Amino acid sequence: MQATTHTESHKGAHDAHHHHHEPGFLQKYVFSTDHKIIGIQYGLTALAFLFFGFLLMLCMRWSIAEGANAAQIKDYVIRPIPLVGGLLEKLLGDVAPKGIMSADLYNSFGAMHGTIMVFLAIVPLAFGAFGNYVVPLQIGAPDMAFPRVNMASYQFYFIGGVIMFVSFFIPGGAAQAGWTSYSPLATTIPTHGQAFWLVGMVFLISSSLLGAVNFIATIIQLRAPGMTWMRLPFFVWAQFVTGFLLLLAFPPLEAAGVMQLMDNVFGTSFFLPTGLAVGGRLADVSGGGSPLLWQHLFWFLGHPEVYVLILPGMGVVAEIIANNTRKSLWGYKSLVYSVLAIGFISFIVWAHHMYLTGMGTKISAFFQTTTMIISIPSVIILTCLFISLWGGSIRFNTPMLFALAFLPMFGIGGLTGLPLGFAAADLHLHDTYYVIAHFHYVVAPGTIFALMGGIYYWFPKMTGRFMSEFWGKVHFVGSFIFMNVVFQPMFIQGMAGMIRRMADGGLNYSTFKNPGAVGGLGADVMNMHKIILIGAVCLGLCQIPFIINLFWSIKNGKKATSDNPWGSTTLEWQTPTPPPHGNFDKEPIVVRGPYDYSLPGKDKDFTPQNQA
Amino acid sequence: MEIPFTSKPRPDTGIYNSKVGIWLFLASEVMLFGALFSAYILLRVGAPEGTWVHGLLNIPIGTFNTAVLITSSVTVVLGWASLQVGNFGRYKFYQAITILCALAFLGIKSYEYREKFLHHEVWLNHKIKVKHGHQEVETDRIIGHLEYEGHHQYFWNTKRLKGTPEEKDKDGKVIKAAVPPVESFKMIPDAFHYTMTPKELAHARKESAGVAHEEIEIKASDVKRLSAFVPSHSTYFAIYFTLTGLHGLHVLGGAIVIFYIWGPGAKMWKTDPQRYMNRVEVSGLFWHFVDLVWIFLFPVIYLL
Ligand code: HEM
Ligand SMILES: [Cu+2]
Repeated sequence: MQATTHTESHKGAHDAHHHHHEPGFLQKYVFSTDHKIIGIQYGLTALAFLFFGFLLMLCMRWSIAEGANAAQIKDYVIRPIPLVGGLLEKLLGDVAPKGIMSADLYNSFGAMHGTIMVFLAIVPLAFGAFGNYVVPLQIGAPDMAFPRVNMASYQFYFIGGVIMFVSFFIPGGAAQAGWTSYSPLATTIPTHGQAFWLVGMVFLISSSLLGAVNFIATIIQLRAPGMTWMRLPFFVWAQFVTGFLLLLAFPPLEAAGVMQLMDNVFGTSFFLPTGLAVGGRLADVSGGGSPLLWQHLFWFLGHPEVYVLILPGMGVVAEIIANNTRKSLWGYKSLVYSVLAIGFISFIVWAHHMYLTGMGTKISAFFQTTTMIISIPSVIILTCLFISLWGGSIRFNTPMLFALAFLPMFGIGGLTGLPLGFAAADLHLHDTYYVIAHFHYVVAPGTIFALMGGIYYWFPKMTGRFMSEFWGKVHFVGSFIFMNVVFQPMFIQGMAGMIRRMADGGLNYSTFKNPGAVGGLGADVMNMHKIILIGAVCLGLCQIPFIINLFWSIKNGKKATSDNPWGSTTLEWQTPTPPPHGNFDKEPIVVRGPYDYSLPGKDKDFTPQNQA
Repeated sequence: MEIPFTSKPRPDTGIYNSKVGIWLFLASEVMLFGALFSAYILLRVGAPEGTWVHGLLNIPIGTFNTAVLITSSVTVVLGWASLQVGNFGRYKFYQAITILCALAFLGIKSYEYREKFLHHEVWLNHKIKVKHGHQEVETDRIIGHLEYEGHHQYFWNTKRLKGTPEEKDKDGKVIKAAVPPVESFKMIPDAFHYTMTPKELAHARKESAGVAHEEIEIKASDVKRLSAFVPSHSTYFAIYFTLTGLHGLHVLGGAIVIFYIWGPGAKMWKTDPQRYMNRVEVSGLFWHFVDLVWIFLFPVIYLL
């Protein structure tokens, strides 16, 4: 008996010993179960996709601007895409003849731009990367509740990304039916791009589900002693609600994806109506399905998804603002209840994307009302953040600049959503560039700015060094200007009737081609395409300092002199830098709320959560 | 580094980690199947007349399968309860029955699928007279087995009637032989017709029992559409196969997990009994959920 015990304990000790010693490169960086490594994996992959999605968009903007330029050239000649046109022809074949973007390729790029930006860039960056890295640290946990599930979640995401990427190179190219993949269009386009898209989505959705389960369980179970719900940093609350949105909104899209896959592969008619004609002939399908069913299931995810995109950004901004105003957030409780309210209400507004489907005035009235109601908590959050600035001695460092820019940009995005929420106004604005401008204001200068700020803010924790302040400010100022140059004109274009998803930027509906046509798109609206293209290129150029800064600073940035260089109160700064496996040297005991800055009677202007 | 509360519950929440995990996961599963059931309702409500072809499933077999699954739900609980009182042998026994039930369920389901794949429906360009037992009806839709060249056929559809040309690879080698087009085939009709009320149907079935069905020769040129009972037959079969298929995958997944815990994973009972019991409990919760889905699925798809 004793002998067995002895060998067993010996074996255990040996195992532990083995673990401490240099796990191989693969185990440490590729198949890691450490939430911090997984967070960084998510972050780098997502940034790569963000960049890729941006390049797709540049090609599309060229195609659109050529619509305006062509009017000045005899016979409306469209010119090849500079620099990459030849490469596209080589890689993709006839869809880019002589380097000119065909309408099919435009549709592919458009669908994939949306898909990549939403599902492969922003969500993984906001939820996967920041959530993974920061949440366990902020709640004082040694890791996520299910580390191996966490690893699987990243791997599913990666596989989904590879499938999406590969689909560009199959015959016929990637999916062309928009990121919303409306049926019957998505089923009747005779290529396999859509099937790849759907399989890719199933992986991405599975990844999100695993991630969501893990996050919520971690926040419920692994909070450090004393970390009560009302002592959670707002960032954690935002991620918590985001987790629930992903958990409950994504499965219906998964169901819809399975059904559309059945339509595409097994010839069912879930979303194909009776009497559907394709190419002038009756399609050989049973019919009896409902295209609207797809839209309902898609937007049941789609709307909560937009809050998945924004809530983590709000969380990041809240952290940065509290830290750099050196005072507590104004209305912490209002923030928490608002974010919870958003979580609930976001499940009952989805059909505001469908006013034009003829679903009836009563249903429109319901969704109109809920949409107005949900804007209230959003406004409360924004107001709390604005008021938090009041009377603060603000430090204008790069993270703070991004956070400050977030506020008005998100404000513009949100307020322009209100007209869209009214059916009467939406009849005119639906499917125009106005909608594009609306949601890009929320996601691009909104969420992306917040996440950029987050990168600058948490970089010293991850690496022990700061990113360059000077180049950070260059990055900020350039991005801020050109974001607005790109998206502001779109409001005007949209109100003038410019429809989205046109490869030629509306040339065929313009007064260029139809001189004197009433309601035609005039030269001024058309020519904005050119300004937008220049803005987009410049916006891209402004990211170069960021990319160099990010990688250069890992080794060469200014050293952070302490583990808590920003003088912050939350727990992620009360660990060694970078935090070791297991995070905390000794388990933190939380004794106070998250934002105890500038308490009277203390010698420092911040009092960490685990200090009396 | 140890993750806390993997085996003991956290005092203030009163629950251990994987149980939180499974409840959350099941919540998402509810949304998944909820969406499919909503799709079922929407498709059914919106189905054009005569296209909602319910009533074709084998109810006795379905009922039996329901009983099999309920049995497994009971044995899962008994197995877990045995473990609670430390009776590992009894746990092994009960859980073995659970796994066998799962396999039986899947076996029976595949038999049902096969039965469906053998059945066909043909839509004709004009009406013809068909005899069901002593009754004669005029119809342009016939369902039954399809016979061609002396064999019952699976999976036929309109395309199959047209045949396919031979396929060659780049060097001119034939990779797929040509399938010649079909001129005519035989249908052996079932005693079933959509226009019948359930009462008439029962009557027709009773009457035609034991009576040899006459074969009907059908010319390909008369065929408007032909389909086996596969998902593309109609939205009814589409949702039937999708729901039961997805449910079947859940049964399979659950069975694999339960088997793993029961067999290769059972070592943990010696090293960390509390955690082992948690695993059994969590997999049992999943199993109950899978059963519950079936309890909804069976009446909705088979009976209504
Ligand atoms: C708070 C107030 C908001 C309101 C009232 C609102 C309202 C709307 C409405 C009614 C539409 C549909 C317009 C149409 O298609 O005709 C829409 C589209 C959209 N919104 Fe918002 N929204 C709000 C916030 C947000 C946020 C926070 C995000 C993302 C972070 C967002 C992202 C989107 C996207 C992506 C679309 C377009 C989807 C597409 O058609 O491709 N919105 N919004
Ligand atoms: Cu929405």
